Amino acid sequence: MAKRTISSSPHILGKDTTTKIMLDVIIALIPAIIASVIFFGFRALLVVLTCSISSVLCEFICRKVMKRNNTIGDLSAVVTGVLLALNLPVNIPLWMAVFGSIVAIVVVKQFFGGLGQNFVNPAITARIILMLCFAGAMTSWVTPNYKEHIDGLTGATPLGILSTGVGEMPTFLEMLLGVRAGSIGETSVIALLLGGIYLIIKKVISPIIPVTFIGTVFVLTFLKGFDVNFALYHILSGGLFLGAIFMATDYVTSPITKWGKVIFGIGCGAITVAIRLFGSLPEGVSYSILLMNILTPHIDNLTLPKYFGKVKEVKNGKN
Amino acid sequence: MAEKSLAKEFSKGIIKENPVLRLVLGTCPTLAVTTSLSSAIGMGIAATLVLACSNVVISMLRKVIPQKVRIPAYIVVIASFVTIIQMLVKAFVPFLDAQLGVYLPLIVVNCIILGRAEAFAGKNPVLASLFDGLGMGIGFTAALMCMGIIREVLGAGVIDLTSYVEGLKFEIPFLKENPLLIFILPPGGFFVFGILMAVVNAFAQKKGKPKAELACTGCPMKDNCNKVCAEKESEI
Repeated sequence: MAKRTISSSPHILGKDTTTKIMLDVIIALIPAIIASVIFFGFRALLVVLTCSISSVLCEFICRKVMKRNNTIGDLSAVVTGVLLALNLPVNIPLWMAVFGSIVAIVVVKQFFGGLGQNFVNPAITARIILMLCFAGAMTSWVTPNYKEHIDGLTGATPLGILSTGVGEMPTFLEMLLGVRAGSIGETSVIALLLGGIYLIIKKVISPIIPVTFIGTVFVLTFLKGFDVNFALYHILSGGLFLGAIFMATDYVTSPITKWGKVIFGIGCGAITVAIRLFGSLPEGVSYSILLMNILTPHIDNLTLPKYFGKVKEVKNGKN
Repeated sequence: MAEKSLAKEFSKGIIKENPVLRLVLGTCPTLAVTTSLSSAIGMGIAATLVLACSNVVISMLRKVIPQKVRIPAYIVVIASFVTIIQMLVKAFVPFLDAQLGVYLPLIVVNCIILGRAEAFAGKNPVLASLFDGLGMGIGFTAALMCMGIIREVLGAGVIDLTSYVEGLKFEIPFLKENPLLIFILPPGGFFVFGILMAVVNAFAQKKGKPKAELACTGCPMKDNCNKVCAEKESEI
């Protein structure tokens, strides 16, 4: 390991702590949670609570067993739990949600050394593993039905309809508000946007990744048939806003540099569109983020900024 | 060779130098055939037989085989035994042949077998090589069986040994209805492999045994390399 020394003063002391940042993320997720309770009923809240409590418990037990200092105070486990819950369908059996939390915290996060050491996003990975394990339970989507005063109706997601061509698409207003089939937290675009704007104003996340991610999806789907409606449906449906605002911007697993973030966002968007349009799965946001997570260290290496005052080396014999 | 060291050659392959979990050799068949316990057992036995037989023959021929062409010579010996085993399996246990498929002939290039030929049988007497081969083979089989049990129980909810013994099938009540499919799929194989490796390492360290040597001391090529890796290591 390289020897590290502290440079001489003056130092800038930031006020940001992990706990504060994580608290901001939780605040930003509250509109989405409220929207999910409105559209899917209290079971949505139950799933959110189950996931976050089991995540914190897993983190606590893991740190105890591994004899490391306890880190449940930094709230990162709560954020992982809530994000995982927002990625699940509302009817999921609770034990599956708990299994997802165990995978996210124990396997993906703590086995690699805890917060800051995980190389992929825990919530996304847990979702993908749940999807591989329980394809049936993970795709029984519920369409909120506010017209007929019943709790819900199982039905295809807008992306499923787009992909198979069977069923009636919800209107744009319904898509914006979140009255459509989908996982708990992904449906209400307005609530997610509110959270995203809060995070950007508080400077918790930079807008580069969400904007390039969503922008790439829009441009590529537009290029497919030069149909604005089709492109708009694509960016409003699926987990795109949830993924772009809250998952792809994870500090640990996304590039640090500005141009790295641009590459990351474009890559996520391109993979998402490729899976949606040409793959056998209707949705590709989670896989695209996972793949780009793995590429993150390489993207960071590619886009290393120039040192201030660094001059290009002059080769012998030239110039 | 004293009797004590023969026992040592035999037992080292089981935990201390377990070929799969400590030396990380032969991972390809390990991941591929451990989706069920029955194919893991079959693979383990077949590989153990090949390993023991080829170790003995290579050890007998170690003074005849010229140093420069030893690898092709080892491969010829190993391939002959694999062919014999494959024919026997096809004739007497055809279900195993169907289960293992291409991985049975691929034992030829299993790096445990070539690795033991190069690291041990090529420079040790016949009896020690036999015990080394048996120990390593049993270690390999044990590791495969551990992975097979974990993956089959979690991923399918059953332990199905009906192909060996009639009616020997255990069903795990809750997992049978809700199998965690990922454990049957390749990513689950990697998860189980990594976690088992960590457990065995922790177990071996607790007993005060040194970590598996990944540097020059444990390297099968240590005698005839120019110590390139050692130089690199000292730079770090």
